Amino acid sequence: MADHSYDPIMLLDAYRRMRAIREFEERMRREVQAGTVPGFVHLYCGQEAVAVGTCMHLLDSDYIGSTHRGHGHCIAKGCDIGDMLLEIYCKQGGLCNGKGGSMHIADLRKGMLGANAIVGASPPIAVGAALTQSTLQTGGVTVTFIGDGASNQGTVAESLNMASILKLPLIFLYENNGYAEFTGISYHLGGGNIARRAGGFGMPAETVDGVDFFAVYEAVGRAVVRARAGEGPSAVEAVAMRWYGHFEGDMQTYRDPQEVNRLRAGSDPLVKFEERAVREFGIGADELREIDDEIAELIEDKVVLAKAAPIPPREALHTDVYGSY
Amino acid sequence: MPMKSFREAINDTLKQEMRRDPRVIVMGEDVVGGMGGSSGVAEAAGGTFGVTAGLAAEFGRRRVIDTPITESAIVGAAGGAALTGLRPVAELMFIDFIGVCLDQILNQQAKFRYMFGGKCTVPVTIRTLMGAGLGAGPQHSQSLHGILTSIPGIKVVLPSNAADAKGLLATAIRDDDPVIFCEHKFLYHETCEVPDGEYLIPFGEANVTRTGAHVTVVAFSRMVMLANKVADKLAKEGISVEVIDPRTTSPLDRDSILESIEKTGRLVVVDEGTPLCGMASEIASLAACEALSALRAPVQKVTPPHTPIPATPHLEQDWLPSLDKIERAIRATLDQKLARTG
Repeated sequence: MADHSYDPIMLLDAYRRMRAIREFEERMRREVQAGTVPGFVHLYCGQEAVAVGTCMHLLDSDYIGSTHRGHGHCIAKGCDIGDMLLEIYCKQGGLCNGKGGSMHIADLRKGMLGANAIVGASPPIAVGAALTQSTLQTGGVTVTFIGDGASNQGTVAESLNMASILKLPLIFLYENNGYAEFTGISYHLGGGNIARRAGGFGMPAETVDGVDFFAVYEAVGRAVVRARAGEGPSAVEAVAMRWYGHFEGDMQTYRDPQEVNRLRAGSDPLVKFEERAVREFGIGADELREIDDEIAELIEDKVVLAKAAPIPPREALHTDVYGSY
Repeated sequence: MPMKSFREAINDTLKQEMRRDPRVIVMGEDVVGGMGGSSGVAEAAGGTFGVTAGLAAEFGRRRVIDTPITESAIVGAAGGAALTGLRPVAELMFIDFIGVCLDQILNQQAKFRYMFGGKCTVPVTIRTLMGAGLGAGPQHSQSLHGILTSIPGIKVVLPSNAADAKGLLATAIRDDDPVIFCEHKFLYHETCEVPDGEYLIPFGEANVTRTGAHVTVVAFSRMVMLANKVADKLAKEGISVEVIDPRTTSPLDRDSILESIEKTGRLVVVDEGTPLCGMASEIASLAACEALSALRAPVQKVTPPHTPIPATPHLEQDWLPSLDKIERAIRATLDQKLARTG
C-alpha cells in the first residue's frame, strides 16, 4: 500500500463531493422519469470515486476535459451545483446560460473544459490545454476523462501519441464502466486491456479499482506528481461499473438485472469509502450523516430554484455565436 | 512599397504576430521539419511549401511545434490551447485533410462559445492549402470553403493576393473566434506590392478589384486573379466589368455585392468550389432574394462540375474554371435578357 496519510478535512471534503454526486444523480434520475428535464441525461452513479479521487488533486487552475457523462466530473471539480442545475434545466444564469444543457456543461473559471457529447472529442482539446500549461510553464496539469467506449476512438490514440512525444502534463483517466452504450467491453475492446494500450505509447499506465476512492486517489497522485514535474503524461484506468443505463430511460435489455443489484449491494463507492475512513482514519459516521443531510437539503433547494428560474430571453438564440461578426 | 510574394507575406505576418504576442504559437506537420531525421539539419523544411521558414530559428521549438501526422490532435489541440490562453496558428497541410479532423472544427471550436454561453473565446487560426491545378488528384486539390462557410461559429477567409493575405492573416490571429484561413497553392508565387508594417483588413469587407458598369463578377481566392485578367481584356472592347473579391465568405459583405448588382444589373459568380450548395449558389441566391428587380439577365455561375478532381492533367484543366469560361459567362449575361411579365 502507498504511504499516504489522509487528512480528515480532505477526507470529509472528498465524501461531501461523492455524496453530492450521488444525491444529484439520483435526483436527476427521478426528475427525468417525471419528465421535467429536457434532452438526454447520462448518470454517473457507481463511478463517484473516480471523479472525486482524481479531482481532489486538482486546483482551479488545473483543467479537466469531460464526457457526455459529465455531472460527476463537474461536481468533483468544484462547479456550483445550483448553476449546474440551472444549466441542465436550460435556464437563464446556468453555467452556459442555458444553451449547453447536460451534455455541454463547462466552467472555465473552475478549469472545467466542458462535458462533450461527441465520444472521444475531449482528449485532443485536453492536449491543447496541457500544451498551454507546458508552453506558459504554469505548473498546471490537465486530466482528460475517457470512457471505455471512447478508448476505441482514433482521437484518443492521436492524443496519447501527441502527449507522449511533447511530454505534456496530461493524465488520461480512463473510466472503464463496462459498457460502450449498449455494448459490453468483452466485445468492444480489442486486446482486452485499456491500460496496456495506453502504456504502449510510452507512459506509465495502471489499472485500479474505480470503486475504491483511495486506490484512485493514490494512482492519480502519482500521475499528477509526474506531470507537475515536467516528466510527461500518464494513464490510469479506473474500473467502476455504471449503475444505470447509457442514458436515463435506457431499458438496459443488454444487461442482467441482477448485475445492477449486485453492484449496489457490493460495490458502492460511498460505502466502501466510509468503511475505511471510519475504520482507519478516525472519521465519525455521524459526521458523514451530517454531510448527507446537508447535501440532501442543498440539492432539494437548488432543484426547486432551477425549476422556477426564468428561461433565457428569445434574443439569446442569436447571441454568442461569435465574439464579433 | 516592396513587391512580395503571397508566401513571403504570410511568413512575414506570422513573424510579425509572434513578435507582437508571446501567446501566438505555430503548430503542424513539418512546420519546422527534420525532427528525428538522419541529416541533422535543424530546419529541414519550414513547412512543405516553405511558408513557416525561419520561425523556429527566431521563436524556438516551444512556440513552433512540429507534430506527427495527426490532424485531429493538431486541430483539436489548437482549439484546446485557444480555450486556455494561447493564440495558436495550426497548419492543416491540405484542406482535403479536414475529412479526418472535422469534428474538432464542426462540433467543438465552432460551438464552444455558443454552447458555453459566451463565457469563452476561441482565438484559433487554421491555415490550410486549397486549390486544383497541380495534378495532385482528388484528395490534395479541393476547395472546401463552401462546406466550412455553412458552419455557424467559424469564420472563413480566402485571400486573393499577397497584400490582402498579410492584412487578413493578422486580423485572423488577433480575432477571438475560430478562423479558417484558406491559401490557394497557385497564389504562393504571385507577387504584388505589400505595405510594410502592421495593418489589419477587417473581415466582411469586400475589395472591388476592378470598377465597372456593365456586369458584376464576384470571385473568390485565385479566381479573383482570373476575373481581373478577363476584365482587363474585355475593357479593351468597351465592356466594363466590376470585379468583387469578398475576401471572407463568413462573414460575407452582402452589401457591397448587392450595391454592385444594383448598379450593373448583371451577375457572374466564379468559384473553385463544386456547384451544389457552394459559394456560387450562395451569391446567386443573394441576388435572387434581395436584388431580383435589379437583375437584367439570369445569373451565370462559373464553377467546376459536380465531380471529384481528376489527377489527369487535361481533365483537371477542364474541371477548373478558366479565363475562357469566365469570358463566355460574361458575354452570355450581356447577351441575355430576363423575360418580364406585367
